[in-house]
Amino acid sequence: MAKIVFKHPQSLKENIYHYCPGCGHSIVHRLVAEVIDEMGIRGITIGVPPAGCAVLAYNYFDVDMIEAPHGRGPAMASAIKRCLPDRVVFSYQGDGDLAAIGIAESLHAANRGENITVIFINNAVYGMTGGQMAPTTLLNQRTTTSPAGRKKELDGHPVKVSEIFSQLGGTTYIERCSVSSPAGVNKTKKAIRKAFQCQIDGLGFSMVEILSLCPTNWKMSSIDSCKWIDDVLSKEFPPGIYKDNIAEAKNTAEAAP
Amino acid sequence: MNKVLMSGNNVIAEAAIRAGCRFYAGYPITPQNELTEYMAEHMRNAESGVFIQSESEVAAINMIAGAAATGVRVMTSSSSPGISLKQEGISSMAACELPGIIVNIMRGGPGLGNIRPSQGDYFQATRGGGHGDYRTIVIAPATGQELADLTMDAFDLADKYRTPVMILADGMMGQMMEPVIFKKPTPRQYPEKFMLRGAGTGKSKFIRGLLLDPIDSEEHNWKLARKYEVITKNETLHEEHRVDDADLVIVAYGTAARIAKGAIKRLRDHGMKVGLFRPITLWPFPELKLRALSAKVKDYLVFEMSTGQMLEDVRLALQGYANIEFHGRPGGAVPTPAELANVVAKIYDRKD
Amino acid sequence: MIVKTIFSGFGGQGVLMMGISLANSAMSKGYHVTYLPAYGAEMRGGTANCTVAVGDEEIASPVASEPDYLIVMNLPSLFTFQNKVSAGGSIFINSSIIDARPNRQDVKTICVPCADMAQELGNNRVANIIMMGAFIKKSNVVSPDIYLKNLETIMGSRKKTLAEINRKAFAAGFDYIKD
Repeated sequence: MAKIVFKHPQSLKENIYHYCPGCGHSIVHRLVAEVIDEMGIRGITIGVPPAGCAVLAYNYFDVDMIEAPHGRGPAMASAIKRCLPDRVVFSYQGDGDLAAIGIAESLHAANRGENITVIFINNAVYGMTGGQMAPTTLLNQRTTTSPAGRKKELDGHPVKVSEIFSQLGGTTYIERCSVSSPAGVNKTKKAIRKAFQCQIDGLGFSMVEILSLCPTNWKMSSIDSCKWIDDVLSKEFPPGIYKDNIAEAKNTAEAAP
Repeated sequence: MNKVLMSGNNVIAEAAIRAGCRFYAGYPITPQNELTEYMAEHMRNAESGVFIQSESEVAAINMIAGAAATGVRVMTSSSSPGISLKQEGISSMAACELPGIIVNIMRGGPGLGNIRPSQGDYFQATRGGGHGDYRTIVIAPATGQELADLTMDAFDLADKYRTPVMILADGMMGQMMEPVIFKKPTPRQYPEKFMLRGAGTGKSKFIRGLLLDPIDSEEHNWKLARKYEVITKNETLHEEHRVDDADLVIVAYGTAARIAKGAIKRLRDHGMKVGLFRPITLWPFPELKLRALSAKVKDYLVFEMSTGQMLEDVRLALQGYANIEFHGRPGGAVPTPAELANVVAKIYDRKD
Repeated sequence: MIVKTIFSGFGGQGVLMMGISLANSAMSKGYHVTYLPAYGAEMRGGTANCTVAVGDEEIASPVASEPDYLIVMNLPSLFTFQNKVSAGGSIFINSSIIDARPNRQDVKTICVPCADMAQELGNNRVANIIMMGAFIKKSNVVSPDIYLKNLETIMGSRKKTLAEINRKAFAAGFDYIKD
């Protein structure tokens, strides 16, 4: 009999994605679901989707979910985790949700060292509302609200979330990945798994920032989008591990009485 | 249980913990800081109690929404400007049918206003406050004892109707100490099917307020409206004080109602038959009860520490069947019973 | 019967404590009682005051627009509140540090050098309790026994020596007022 090498993850419902062709959300949803399956945590996982394209994530993830108002996912996730410390709680946020309207909730959840996991989709543009400027939009990048390109004098600079959050005392594990290539996808899955494990081990705040595709609003083909991530976006937002205190946090946890 | 002398802010917090509140999030703002501080001190002694000093009122309301979803009894508190910030979450809790208690210890407004006692948030509290077609149950205690009793009842109401409940008091109620006796709370009844605690081996659940299909959304709105109708029918509370022989009735709530009682005593000493109608629930407003009273009393004075907000509900309730006058002291001014008595006496003399 | 009293002074003089101890005593005697502190920004900068109402009927307003008694522990308090006191009311003055006297003829003035007396007792911090002794004697809102019992309850499980010095201080103030 042939060995099954690819199947529909159990933690993903059979609904057809509403996402645009080439959208990175579909990939990341699948990765998160695969990790949940592999870790056997479907029954104890609670997800908090954002406002943004992923607002309908509960149509896809077959785990308990509660929708958060725009940007407030980490506040909700913090409370859920504090009430149910033995559950696995993650918030799923876009760049507007995390780095603009919800920067306070996100930063303070991270700084408190809440034992939750944040899946952060950075595609440098507002998807759901139709391609407006995001806090992570690159300088000179054209969007519908920066038609002449983002100007630092008027619009400020791209917000580097992983760099900022890694400076906070409360964070344990922060990695930036990209889903622009098969290798990147594999790396992203590994990072997500590591982040969830960090939480399960009770080691504190973990975040995976994922450079993701938005061909529709970038007005590019999927192939060009992948290329743009590798050649342009990842220059401003270099992938890599920004913080990994897992070993240290483990030692501290074990040393504690 | 012995009588204890406690500030209103502490009474609310203690009553909440006794009622089984196990999650509190809040952000400091005068004049309700003692409530937050009390929770910080005492929630950690309560079994599984969680206290979070949130980064903002916006975060606090969303935290209690998250905690409520897990099936825990929750509370947040603030004062007027902070309550404006919480509206996003209150609307969201109403939409998602999450029970929770929001305490507003009102201060002078609009804007930053001041920190003196005021009643300027009546519209915000009773008309929903945030966006969309929803209401919150609004309870307005007037004594320390009511703060204790009604805070406990508020949790039961929130559970029963799966809706946010607001306790609306003011800086005076929050700061003032009065003797209280805490009653025994009733055991909680809240079905597990409404709790989000992980799917286990079963079907996964989701809680949401976003309904993109307008027909679904319309049905959801009507469902909420039907719930509000039931609440309106069953849950109004009010007090009538010396109305039986009254020629004129003052309509006032909370601190204003206390002042009115003082004024009524003075007026009665001078032979003027004045009574008080005190709504205890502001939404639902005890409309039918007030209308019934208009069968025998034809003259009313609405007295508020605002420019006249509950006044509109009184007009709607009386529907032109009675004469309505108004006296207001907005912006943090607290009138004396003597002042109010003078105002009433003038009206009393004028009427036929 | 409703009796309203305002206590006022510098922060640190134990002014709020005076109000709370009176309110507790009156409560334990079965009276209706309200205690209203000044709060927030007006407390920053060193002044403190509170209002206690004691009655055998429901207390409508906890605010004292015309207090029966005023206890001032510092000079600014005298200026702030002396004109509010009801005609026939009483003003208690910490005469150790207040030289001025009320400019009203229709109120009684009771001068108690409570800060000096506290120093004589060897504890500057009991000036407020000395004043309470004088106030309780004169006002008779509650009996001295009830007051002292409640004072000890509020002070809680703190040192016995504290209860002792408080008792002495209260007696000193109480005896200072001659009938």
